[in-house]
Amino acid sequence: MNTSAAGHGVLLEARDIAKSFGQTPALRGASVAVAQGEILAVMGPSGSGKSTLLHCLAGIFPPDSGEVWYDGRRLDTLNEAERTRLRRTAFGFVFQFGNLVPELTAADNVALPLLLQRQHRKAAYRQAAQWLDRLDLGDKGTRRTGELSGGEAQRVAVARALALGPCLLFADEPTGSLDSLTGEKVMKLLTGLAREQGVTVVLVTHDARVAAYADREVMVRDGVVTADVGTVRS
Amino acid sequence: MSVALTLLGLLEREPSYGYDLKRAYDAYFARGKPLSFGQVYTTLARLARDGKAIAGPPEHGDGPDRKRYSITDAGMADVDSWLATPDEPEPHLQPVLFAKVVLALMLSRPADSYLDAQRAAHIRRMRELTRLKDAGSLVDTILADYGLFHLEADLRWIDLTAARLSELREMVQEL
Repeated sequence: MNTSAAGHGVLLEARDIAKSFGQTPALRGASVAVAQGEILAVMGPSGSGKSTLLHCLAGIFPPDSGEVWYDGRRLDTLNEAERTRLRRTAFGFVFQFGNLVPELTAADNVALPLLLQRQHRKAAYRQAAQWLDRLDLGDKGTRRTGELSGGEAQRVAVARALALGPCLLFADEPTGSLDSLTGEKVMKLLTGLAREQGVTVVLVTHDARVAAYADREVMVRDGVVTADVGTVRS
Repeated sequence: MSVALTLLGLLEREPSYGYDLKRAYDAYFARGKPLSFGQVYTTLARLARDGKAIAGPPEHGDGPDRKRYSITDAGMADVDSWLATPDEPEPHLQPVLFAKVVLALMLSRPADSYLDAQRAAHIRRMRELTRLKDAGSLVDTILADYGLFHLEADLRWIDLTAARLSELREMVQEL
């Protein structure tokens, strides 16, 4: 099944991809397409293959078979160095536990990927401060992320992911470690800013209330995309 | 829950007397609220009047005369349409969804597709409520939260039932 939002150009697509870990198949011919600017939620039971699908779409895992296309070119046939470059320049990531460096300050964490892109230190920190401001963390820039609350740390992770100006944002259970109200704040900011910036989002979640922030939802069961719930974007 | 459509679904399984229909209905769907015989025969008479079921000739036996009812093509079309059409997402849908799933399994229809369709309807409604929260006041948000949590509970039931379909199919077919 090829699933995409009608009326929008496809930015990212998995075509019949399979992926196993040892003898255990995680994906068994999964296909899904994500339109430019779309926020897609990927849902499914534990062990259904939804996170593996996200990792294959992001070029972190190469699939065993099938194809992954990004912006009109094959992603799965790029070598590791090319995929890494793409992930650093075009993709942003938000994971369940933020994956921040706890010893560094919030500003350091947001500036880090910009510095890796060889931006001038001053400009990188200025940009980091702007993003922290937009996420209501203007007063937390000098705090080490290990000292922040879960919700604050996750907002730093969102700032870090968006500061690079990615075309695509991958979020894997971004509110999984947060309470309902904090999770709601993070999702509002994440989806609000993504829409404002025109960033395409692939969001893996087991939480239907989180998936309800997306434009469309697909279900993964037993390594296959089985159901597609679309709406017209407002 | 629609008693008439549930009785029609049971008639699709096999032509039955009113007494057998009541027993089957009570066994699967009544959950402590059995149908009265009056309700069964009134419903069957209405279904026959509307061309959804046909009453056979009176059969003489030890007790009073009785009639065996069969479903018509129009009745089967109604059952098909009822099962395949997702219900409006609202709290306390469980009895309807349960009846649809059990009947679908009895009639060897795609219960998983019906659950997927219902799941889609629920997710769409949750998305509408989430948009309402974004645009509305705090009061709207709090009211939308109530709806979202109820829909989420239904959705979890739908997912768990989908995961248990094979087991349920075996149980329903054994009865």
